[in-house]
Amino acid sequence: MELSGLINFFYIASATLFIFGIKMLGSANTARRGNMVSSIGMLIAIVVTLVDKQVFDSWMWILAGIGAGSLIGFFAAKLVKMTSMPELVALFNGFGGLASLLIGWAEYQKVVDANAGAIGELLNPGVTHFTASVIFLAVFIGGITFTGSMYAWGKLSGKISGQAKVFAGQKAFNALIMLGILLTGVLYATTPNTGNAYQFFLAFVILSLLLGIFGVMPIGGGDMPVVISLLNSCSGLAACAAGFVIQNNVLIVAGCLVGASGLILTIIMCKAMNRTLANVLFSGFGAMAQKAGGKQEGEMKALSSEDAYYVLEAASSVVFVPGYGMAVAQAQHAVKELGEILEENGAEVRFAIHPVAGRMPGHMNVLLAEADVPYEQLSEMDDVNPLMTTVDVAIVIGANDVVNPAAGEDPNSPIYGMPIINVHEAKTVFALKRGQGAGFSGLVNQLFFRENTRMLYGDAKATVTELLAQFKD
Amino acid sequence: MDIILLLFIFTLAAFLGLELISKVPSQLHTPLMSGSNAISGITIVGALIATMQNPQGTTAMTLGFAALVLATINVVGGYLVTDRMLGMFKKKGGK
Repeated sequence: MELSGLINFFYIASATLFIFGIKMLGSANTARRGNMVSSIGMLIAIVVTLVDKQVFDSWMWILAGIGAGSLIGFFAAKLVKMTSMPELVALFNGFGGLASLLIGWAEYQKVVDANAGAIGELLNPGVTHFTASVIFLAVFIGGITFTGSMYAWGKLSGKISGQAKVFAGQKAFNALIMLGILLTGVLYATTPNTGNAYQFFLAFVILSLLLGIFGVMPIGGGDMPVVISLLNSCSGLAACAAGFVIQNNVLIVAGCLVGASGLILTIIMCKAMNRTLANVLFSGFGAMAQKAGGKQEGEMKALSSEDAYYVLEAASSVVFVPGYGMAVAQAQHAVKELGEILEENGAEVRFAIHPVAGRMPGHMNVLLAEADVPYEQLSEMDDVNPLMTTVDVAIVIGANDVVNPAAGEDPNSPIYGMPIINVHEAKTVFALKRGQGAGFSGLVNQLFFRENTRMLYGDAKATVTELLAQFKD
Repeated sequence: MDIILLLFIFTLAAFLGLELISKVPSQLHTPLMSGSNAISGITIVGALIATMQNPQGTTAMTLGFAALVLATINVVGGYLVTDRMLGMFKKKGGK
């Protein structure tokens, strides 16, 4: 008893470190130390558990498991390209979710195995209704998180089309799966130790895994920042549910903190698009026909990099607006170099970052940080918009919907009401774009047809490199 | 442990979490996400218990072992990649 008191004391210490760690992560000066603090909390929790729970002689397995996991985690973290961060975060979310599912399963399996030989009566008390209910939650949330994250990973890495996929009766189909999960869940939780409980259990394991896939299917690439944040939140809640299963408070506290932080990010992302979470999850946004933004005036005017050079050379204020296209083209280093040259040339250079630019929250910040863009040059949307009319050239690099003026002007547009970076107010807009196609939302961007917009077609990195060459001549 | 006590802890932690991180500069969105993701790897504790408390060779132990590998990837990878990212942010603070 004394030992277990001591163990719990260490778990409290570890939970406290998580709380401090996550608080420090929220501020630029302390973030890195915060991450360190929370990792110490994790180390304490692991060591204490190892000391406490040594029951069977399974050191080899523990070593093998931790060794293999550490090795994979280490190389994944060291080798990943910053442009691929969204994929990595999705993968990690998924692994966390699956781990929680497996823990719930193991806890149940333990009881099932113990009773396997018993006929009629149970050898041990079995699973209580409460434990059965939280096992259900851990499996349900963990399962959705796992397959949802895997599907999101597929979309992000281009293994599956990033477009939203919609089929007839999709909502009804998903609702049916959900209904099946709830039904088998209730049947299982009410009679966890008798009859067909194990079948019900397996049924909602499979259905939860299916719901993760079909739930993420109708969500398009541009909405990924919301999805990733939400899955992040779910991976925390799954850990929390697993904490109830094994009645361990450090899992509950840590899982809850992650659940809350993911939820906050989700809300921030939704606000940045002026849409509700329900709309993001269920509307099949982007798969809708393009009709909505039909009428276009004017035409797209192409510009050669040579002409672009002359305009830039004369500019005294330049704003870069990066988007997912910059990540795809891996253009961040070239862009940074162009920014430096423009600055040497006497121009004021800024980078305007929309909260949902890219495929996860803060995606562009990470890329520009990797390229060593000075922090002072990064501006948030609300800070840069009032200054836009004084900007000589706004360079849009692979961003689309976040600079579409229809969001502010066309009440019929599906993205009407979404806050955008008002590049159309700048004196000249350069749009670096691969082709003439529409953006992720399927909308034709009215910006490209504006009088003051010039299109620079081609791969963003190649275009910027050409501009650099012009400056160096 | 008493169920009510666990629910009590859960409720307090939920409110604490929402209060702690209500305002985050957008620059830190990605590190916050991957850092908190590493914390959700706390399931490693559950995985360790499931691996150790079940006899070797049982299904429950195998499930626990699989969970252990996954949770460890989550923990180690999550903390390291967050540190790597924040290291890049840091460099410019010094200039």
